Amino acid sequence: MKTSLGPLQYCWEKEKVNAFYEHVAQSNIPLIYLGETVCSRRRQLKFSDYFALAQMLKESGKQVVISTLALLEAPSEYIELQKHVDNGEFIIEANDIGAVQAAKERNLPFVCGPTVNNYNFATLKKLHQWGMQRFVMPVELSKEWLTSVIETEQPIPFEVEVFGHGYLPLAHSARCFTARQQGLQKDNCQIVCLSHSKGLLAQTMDAQPLLRLNGIQTQSASLIDLSNEVEQMKQMGVDYFRVSPNSLKSIEIAEHVLQQPCSDKTLSCNGYWHQTAGFNQVAAC
Amino acid sequence: MELLCPAGNLASLKTALNAGADAVYLGLKNDTNARSFAGLNFTPKKLQQAAEFTKKCGKKIFLTINTFPKPGEENRWYEAIDLAASTGVDALIMADVSLLDYAHSRYPHLPLHLSVQASATNLGALKLYKEEFNIERAVLPRVLSMKQVRDLAKVTPVDLEVFAFGSLCIMAEGRCHLSSYVTGQSPNTGGSCSPAQHVRWQEVDSNRLTLLNDVLIDKSGLDEQMGYPVVCKGRYTTDENNSPSHILESPTSLNTLSLLPELAKANVVSLKIEGRQRSPAYVEQVTKVWRAAIDSYKSAPEKYQTQQAWDQALAKVSEGQTTTLGAYERNWQ
Repeated sequence: MKTSLGPLQYCWEKEKVNAFYEHVAQSNIPLIYLGETVCSRRRQLKFSDYFALAQMLKESGKQVVISTLALLEAPSEYIELQKHVDNGEFIIEANDIGAVQAAKERNLPFVCGPTVNNYNFATLKKLHQWGMQRFVMPVELSKEWLTSVIETEQPIPFEVEVFGHGYLPLAHSARCFTARQQGLQKDNCQIVCLSHSKGLLAQTMDAQPLLRLNGIQTQSASLIDLSNEVEQMKQMGVDYFRVSPNSLKSIEIAEHVLQQPCSDKTLSCNGYWHQTAGFNQVAAC
Repeated sequence: MELLCPAGNLASLKTALNAGADAVYLGLKNDTNARSFAGLNFTPKKLQQAAEFTKKCGKKIFLTINTFPKPGEENRWYEAIDLAASTGVDALIMADVSLLDYAHSRYPHLPLHLSVQASATNLGALKLYKEEFNIERAVLPRVLSMKQVRDLAKVTPVDLEVFAFGSLCIMAEGRCHLSSYVTGQSPNTGGSCSPAQHVRWQEVDSNRLTLLNDVLIDKSGLDEQMGYPVVCKGRYTTDENNSPSHILESPTSLNTLSLLPELAKANVVSLKIEGRQRSPAYVEQVTKVWRAAIDSYKSAPEKYQTQQAWDQALAKVSEGQTTTLGAYERNWQ
C-alpha cells in the first residue's frame, strides 16, 4: 500500500497553495491529486496554474491526477471540465458522473472520486469498462463493504483507494453556507472562504462540534483517522491510503502514516469504517 | 406537462388519480426504494392492484427502485425489476448503474427514468445514461437554478422532470452523507434520511429538544412549528455567530407555482410532487391545487397567475407552514 494526497478542498491564496505544493514536491508521497473540487467561484488559481503545479510535481517524480468539481451545474462549469479532461498529460479524478462521461468519450482512463455513487461491484465493473483505473471508496462505506467488493473477483481489475485521514466531504449544495452565515449571497460571496483555511466549525446548541462549512460543501467536524487500520488495509489489498490535506502538517502525516499511526486523536472519528455512524470513534479491538 | 404525484399506499394512489394526477409513482415494501418507512409502500399484490387501477383510469404508474444494492444482496433489487416488468408498470425510476444495466439489457422495452438519487445535474451525466441505458427521462436534483434548468433543457438528450412541490432537499440528492454521519443509516442504502427510530423529542422546561441519535439538532419553544428533523435543517452555532440559527436551511417546503410558466416554456415534461410518506389528505390537497394551476396555465398561458387560495392551501401542508423557490431562485443560493 502507498499513500496519496487528496485534492486541497479549501480556498487558499495562490501563494499559499504554491508554497504548499513546493513542500509536497519535496515529500516522499508518490501520488498527488490537485485541482478545485468544491466551487467554481474560487479563482485564486486558474486551470493553467494547476497544470503548472502538476507538471512541477511530475518533474519531482510524483504521479499526478487532476481532480474535478463534485457538483457540475452551469454550462460554463461543464466547458471548464472539458479543458481539464483535454489536458493531454494527466488523468483526471472524476468527482461527478458527468466527468466520467467526458473521460469515457475520449477513451481516457480516469480515477473515480469519493463523491461518485459506487455501491457495488457490478457498478464498479461497469465503470472499469468505461475506463476507471482506480476508485476512491465513497466515504460512508465500511471495511466490511470493501472486503466483500475486493473478494468478488481476484485479482480485482482496478485499484482501490481509501479516504483515510482528513475532514470528510459529506454533502454539496447549490447554496454557499460560508457566504450565507456572513449575510452574503453566493453571487456576491466576496470569496469569504479565504478566511476559513479549514472550513468553519458548526456546533450543536449544546456545543458538540458537528459540521464544517466549506462554501457549498458540508464537511465533518471530526477528522477521520484510519491510521490504526493501516495494517488491516494492507492485508485486504487496498492500494492507496488517502490523506486529505488541511495544512502543512497533512504532508507530514502522509509521509509517515504507513509506518506509524497518527498520535493526535483530538476530535477524530472512524465510525464509517466500522459500519456505524460516521462521527463515532470506535475503540481498537 | 405531466402532473406526477406520490403514492405511499393504495389509498393515496386512488386519491391522487381522482384529484387529477396524470401519473403516480410508488415503491415496494422494502429497502429497494428511498422512502422505506414502516407502514408505507406496496407488496407485489398491491402493486398489481395499483397498476390495474391506474390503467383503468388511463393514467401512468412508475415504480421507484432508487436505492443502491449492497454487495451480496443484489438479488432483492433484481427481483424488484423482474416484478416490475411482469406487472406492466409504465416506467422504472432508478439510480444505480448496475440496476440500469440489468433492466436495460433484460427488458429493453421497459422505459427507464433516471432517479434524482443519481444526482445528474449536467449534460455529460445525462448523455452517459442515455447512451448506455437509453433512459427516457431524468429527474433533476433540487440544486439547479431556473436558468440552469433552462440551459440544460436546450441541450438534453432526454426528457426532464423537476420537483415542483414538497419537502426541500438542499443537497445534491443521492450524494449526501449527513444522515449516515449522524445515524449510521444511509438514504442511499437503507432507504431513508433521518430514520424515525433515531429521532427523539424531549421537553425540558419550556423547550422542546430535537435529538437525532442523541445529537441535539434543534431546541425550540413548545408552540413552534417544527419540520421533520434532518441534519441540514437543524440550528447550530459557529465561531463567528454564537446565536443558534438555521445555518444551512430552515424547515420549509419547495413551492414552484410561480415558476410554472417558465418550467413549461423550458419544455420540462413532468412536475413531480414530493411526499410518498405523507397522508392521502396531503396528496389530495396538493394534487388538486396543482391540477388547477396546470389547467389554468394550459387554457390561457399568457394570463397565468398564482392564486392566493392555491398558495394558502399549499402553505397549510408545508413544513413550518412556509415555502420557498429554493435553488431555482438564484438569491436563495
